[in-house]
Amino acid sequence: MGYVAIKGGGKAIEAAESLLDFQRAEQGADALPLDTDSIEHQLRNLTSRVISEGGLYHPKLAALAIKQCMGDSLEAAFTLRAYRSTRPRLLETAIHNSSGMRVTRRISAAFKDIPGGQMLGATTDYYLRLLRMNLLDESPEQFQKVASNWFKDMPKDAVPETFPKVVDALRAEGLLPPVNRDPKSDAFDITRDPLVFPVPRSAALATMARAEQGGLLTIAYSNMRGYGDVHPTVAELRVGYLPVFLPHPITGEPIEIGEVLMTECEVVAMYESSDEGSKPVFTLGYGACFGHNEVKAISMAILDRALQKGAMDGPQNPSEDAEFVLLHIDGIDSMGFCTHYKMPHYVTFQSDMDRLRTTQSKRQSGDQA
Amino acid sequence: MSASVGYNFGFMDEYAKKEIRRTVLKAVAIPGYQVPYSSREMPMGRGFGTGGLQLTLSLIGVGDNLKVIDQGSDDSVNAVNLRSFIEMTCPGIDTTTSVDEANLIQSRHRIPEKPLRDDQVIVMQVPYPDPLVIVEPSEDRRKIQHGEGNYSKLLVKLYEDIVQFDEITISHRYPTCINNHYVLDPSPIPRWDVPKMHQSRALILFGAGREKKIYAVPPYSKAEPLVFDDVPFRIEDFRDEHSVRRPCARCGCTSSFLDEFIDSENGEKVYQCSDSDWCDEQLAQQGEC
Amino acid sequence: MKKVLEVDGLSKIYGKGCSQCAQLTGPDCDTNICPQCGSVVAAHDLSFDLYEGEILGIIGESGSGKSTAVKTLYFDEEPTAGSATFYDGQTKHDLFELNKAQQRHLANHRFGMVYQNPHLGLNFGISAGGNIAERLLMSGERSYSTIRARATALLTRTEVLPERMDELPKNFSGGMQQRVQIAKALAIEPPLLFLDEVTTGLDLSVQASILDLILEIQQELKTSMVVVTHDLGVIRLLAGRTMVMKYGRIIESGLTDQILEDPQHAYTQRLVASSL
Repeated sequence: MGYVAIKGGGKAIEAAESLLDFQRAEQGADALPLDTDSIEHQLRNLTSRVISEGGLYHPKLAALAIKQCMGDSLEAAFTLRAYRSTRPRLLETAIHNSSGMRVTRRISAAFKDIPGGQMLGATTDYYLRLLRMNLLDESPEQFQKVASNWFKDMPKDAVPETFPKVVDALRAEGLLPPVNRDPKSDAFDITRDPLVFPVPRSAALATMARAEQGGLLTIAYSNMRGYGDVHPTVAELRVGYLPVFLPHPITGEPIEIGEVLMTECEVVAMYESSDEGSKPVFTLGYGACFGHNEVKAISMAILDRALQKGAMDGPQNPSEDAEFVLLHIDGIDSMGFCTHYKMPHYVTFQSDMDRLRTTQSKRQSGDQA
Repeated sequence: MSASVGYNFGFMDEYAKKEIRRTVLKAVAIPGYQVPYSSREMPMGRGFGTGGLQLTLSLIGVGDNLKVIDQGSDDSVNAVNLRSFIEMTCPGIDTTTSVDEANLIQSRHRIPEKPLRDDQVIVMQVPYPDPLVIVEPSEDRRKIQHGEGNYSKLLVKLYEDIVQFDEITISHRYPTCINNHYVLDPSPIPRWDVPKMHQSRALILFGAGREKKIYAVPPYSKAEPLVFDDVPFRIEDFRDEHSVRRPCARCGCTSSFLDEFIDSENGEKVYQCSDSDWCDEQLAQQGEC
Repeated sequence: MKKVLEVDGLSKIYGKGCSQCAQLTGPDCDTNICPQCGSVVAAHDLSFDLYEGEILGIIGESGSGKSTAVKTLYFDEEPTAGSATFYDGQTKHDLFELNKAQQRHLANHRFGMVYQNPHLGLNFGISAGGNIAERLLMSGERSYSTIRARATALLTRTEVLPERMDELPKNFSGGMQQRVQIAKALAIEPPLLFLDEVTTGLDLSVQASILDLILEIQQELKTSMVVVTHDLGVIRLLAGRTMVMKYGRIIESGLTDQILEDPQHAYTQRLVASSL
């Protein structure tokens, strides 16, 4: 008789690992491994998601994580996030103004015509969700031609690279409150400080920017459907590359070190009647995340607005409760905890049985008496 | 594993480890108080002991001797997994399965049967750090209750238990008051292990990775399970139907916490020590005499 | 007679308030909303004393500020101005100068509150006995048998069958819920008890028996009480002294008999006349 069932764990883990690796390669002897460049570009939306939820802008490593996790976005984001724990934080960027974004898409639902114009860009919004059967056996030649043809027809300097922001126009008109920026208050770094409620708005925004897309959407959807009273209008949604600046190590002058693909969304919601007697204004919800992920940015903007309302008037719905929202949307936390229930719980279950048997026997002797 | 190449000693960067050590100091200074810290992501799932792991990785150094247990066993899958990860990222440390030899012990769900010494530190993995969470979902309000030492809601839960079942039904994670003020969640140890915290010679540290809290029972502290004066705290009962204490089927010990399982060959219930090192030691002693 | 509570200049304004608030509201202006700034002047410059074993009645229609006054004293609301002193044996507490923790401690250990809505006073997720136990546990009682005995005695005293002690309050009738609430409030034998429209919405016969109960308790325990109501019948039965409130102001106060026999203010006169 073996000692206990849980013995021999080491060998089991090793075997599980090699079985997992076999699954990755089981397609057969003549199959080629996925190359990470293809993942980064052809699975760009998945890469976006992993970068955003992993909280580390590193498309190459994100593609690697996707490859090794066989496309599981939660696992891939998790792996990237764990890698992040090994890297020190050396410098902080200054606050970036997103009007400097090299825009690939920007739309506004609020105005027909916006300064700089609408730019539809690459979107599935009006795309018919029909399976393109011809892609089943797409040849490399056909595939390569798609890109070369597109560049061929492209006029140089067709569109400007940067656009003014819609909310700036609303602000200039006095429809939105001025930016309330306390130069002394640094942005909250959720990787260095724990959330102790109530938390500043920057902490909430940072938490949502790393949130699992599905979780964020679910809570935001509850708000849109009626468990909340935000009736948002998308003032502007933009996707593009934001240049990142760091202070020069010697001069302190900001220098551009690269750019990150980002999605940014600003929703405007019905005005609050402020009891200050001042002019009523619209309120703004802000969402932004790494990568191209519009559903996430919009969900985040709606929740930002909902949380601001909850902080002001007290939460009336789950989506307005900062503790409820911020502690339940992290994919790495929630999937880890869900998974951990598969671990042995023999000792606690033994303890549970002891309590149940004791109360059962007490009940029984009570019934007989 | 080639993946380990380039990782810092202890996996996390030095700033992160320093921050955790500072948090530990605060936790020791305020016994039982849950100190928030910015828990890092570890390469294993939240809930698999990432809080305990971060404590271990921040405290361990070359020359330390580490024991990792899960459910009392050094050889359960999760213990093996954690140990090999720590060995991989902390070259120069020793590991052991013996409580005597270890100076740092990371554990899930058990405190070893053998009393710990004052040169040892035990790190417990914690899924739910706050004992008040069963009666108050809002952390904001829980913090006020902790601050004021107001545990009446938790005591009402015990009261309602006795009313309904004539018995307190909390099986594990038994709320325990440290040095007359803060009540902590001792992690999912059985009630059997709760008295071991009282006046423990070893420093007991608790790490909740997902909930981002660290707390401590410093050496020689009072640790009293929450009870009524006239309804005693009871540990698990391992007596059979004739009120005879069941022995471990392997070493014969009648004073340890037992695991119960069904023998796959004859279908009978079997009881064995949950603490495998303890069981081995009992067997070895019998061999000597 | 020993003074238990002394309230001086208590005011509560909802909204930002302005310098005109006091002048532009009140019974003479026929409103409690300041036309200048839109703030609600719920209570303005209330001053009164309460003595040991005395029941003070506060009567007024809804919006008169009577509940606001009691809520600030029980720390459910923060006053805008004024002071209140609670005399507890040899100690004197300046209520609004205490920090939140001290206020909660006082509310838990020395005050009792019975609300019109039993959901505010009772925890509906735990048994009637558990509700009483909570207050006893809060004050440091740690003997299970003592708590059971106290809860049995209190429920018997408030005419709730002790057999129903382990049931959830939601199984009880409205009158019964109020009795449990009173039992809970009395659990620690507080020297000061606040009662906010405790019989409103109950059947007349139930009302009468609860009022009797309150009166008996006051005679037995010498508890000082502040009773808030819009019902002159309640005042007539319980209160030795009465204050009449309208639009946040005390418009008349004195011995209850005197006020009922010879009301001075036109509003009080109407009130008394209509209840005859």
